[in-house]
Amino acid sequence: MEYLNAFLCGGLLCAVGQIIIDKTSLTPARILAGYVVCGVVLQAVGVYQYLVDWGGAGATVPLTGFGYTLARGVAKAVEEQGLLGALTGGLSATAGGITAATFFGLLAALLFRPGEKR
Amino acid sequence: MQTKRLGPQTLRLAHPPSVVSFANIGGKMEGEGPLADFFDILSNDSFFGAKTWEQGESVMQRRALESALEKGGITANDLDFVLAGDLLNQCIATTFALRDFNIPFYGIYGACSTIGEGLSLASLLLDGGFAHLAAAMTSSHYCAAERQFRMPTPYGNQRTPTAQWTATAAGCCILGAQGDGPYITHVTCGKIVDMGITDVNNMGAAMAPAAYDTLRAHFQATGEKPKDYDLILTGDLGHLGHEIVIDLFANDGIDMKKNYHDCGMLLYDLKGQDMHAGGSGCGCSASVLCGYLLRGMQQKRWNRILFAPTGALLSPVSSFQGQSIPGICHAVVFSNEKGAVQ
Repeated sequence: MEYLNAFLCGGLLCAVGQIIIDKTSLTPARILAGYVVCGVVLQAVGVYQYLVDWGGAGATVPLTGFGYTLARGVAKAVEEQGLLGALTGGLSATAGGITAATFFGLLAALLFRPGEKR
Repeated sequence: MQTKRLGPQTLRLAHPPSVVSFANIGGKMEGEGPLADFFDILSNDSFFGAKTWEQGESVMQRRALESALEKGGITANDLDFVLAGDLLNQCIATTFALRDFNIPFYGIYGACSTIGEGLSLASLLLDGGFAHLAAAMTSSHYCAAERQFRMPTPYGNQRTPTAQWTATAAGCCILGAQGDGPYITHVTCGKIVDMGITDVNNMGAAMAPAAYDTLRAHFQATGEKPKDYDLILTGDLGHLGHEIVIDLFANDGIDMKKNYHDCGMLLYDLKGQDMHAGGSGCGCSASVLCGYLLRGMQQKRWNRILFAPTGALLSPVSSFQGQSIPGICHAVVFSNEKGAVQ
C-alpha cells in the first residue's frame, strides 16, 4: 500500500508537469522553479504535510518535496533560533540533497564524457 | 541597375553564377534519416574526432569545404572569397574551421538562413565581377547548439511537442562565374519580420511570417507564381511553420500545397526518429541543399527551385529578457537554365 501511494502521488505530480510541458510554453526551468515554490507555499499553509504522510517518497522526491523541506527547515530553525532561522533553516534542511547533487554531479562529470541525447 | 533590380528586395543576376561543386556532412541522426544517401560524409561520432562538440562542428565545416574543393577539382587558393557562419557565439565554429585555409573570409550571421545569405552575397560578388570562385558555407551541431541556446545536453532537458531538432550537419557550396549550372538566377533579400512570438520552443511559428514575407515579395517582383517552380523550399520551419506558410498564402488565394516543402521535414523521419516538429539549424537547409537538392537538379529531377532558408534572430539573452523572436528568410533561385525566365 505504501508503495502504491508513493507511485500514485509521485506519478500524479509528474503527470501534471508533463501536461504543463506539452500544453503551455513554459520552459522546463520555469516549471522546475514553480514546483519548488509550490512546495514551499503548500507547506507554509500546512497542506503538503498531509500529502507526505500519505504519499511518502512520492511526495518528498519530486521537486515540490524540495520546497516542502525548505519550508519545514525554516519553520524549525525559526522555532530554535528566532528570526535568523528564516535565513539559515532552508539551506540547512536541504544541505544533504544539495551536497549529494553537487558531489555526484562532479563524480559523473569526472568519470563520463557527455553524450548525444537520443 | 534598373534591369538587375526587379523589386524592393529582389535582384536578377545579369551573369548568373554557376554551382561549381558542393558537399555536405552529417551526424548519426542525419545518417539514420531518409536523406542518408545524399550525404558525402556521415559520422557516428558526435565529436567528429575532436575534443569538444564546438571543435567537432569546426571539423565538419573543414571537411565539407575540403570535400567540395576536391569534388570541384580546385584548391583553397583558387577561392576568391568564402562567406560562412554558424550558430555559436562569435561564429567560432566557422572561424576556427577556416583559420588554416588562407582564404579571404566574410563572416556572416543569419541564424539558420545563413546558407541563403551566403549564397546571395557570393552571387552578387560573382555577378559584379569581383570574384571568379566563391564559397558559401555553414554548419550547426545539435549538442553545441543546445549548450548555446538551451541547456547542456547532460541536463537532459525534455523537448516540447513544438520543439525542433538542430541538425548536426554542414554544407558547402562553391559558386563560379563560369560553369555548367545549376545557376543562381535571382536573389531576394529578406527583411526582419517579428510577429511577437516569444516561445523559444516554437521557432517554426516565429519564422513562418518571415518566409511568407520574402516569398511574397519574390513572387510580386518577378511576376511569378508558385507553379513556375518545380520545388519551393523553406529552410527549417518544421511541419508547424510549413502549415502556417500554406495558410498565409491561402489567405491571399495562392495555393502552395502542390510543390512547397520544408528542409526541416525532409532531413528526418519526423515520426520514426521522434523529431517532434522537424529539423532546424544552419546545417539543416545547407546539407539538404548541398546534397539532395543540387544532386536532384543535376539529374534534372527538378529544373527550377526557389530555395528560401529561414532564420530566427534571437539570442539566449534576448529571450531571457522576454523579447520576441525576429525572423528572416533569404531566397535564392536555382535554375538549370542560365537565361532566367522573365
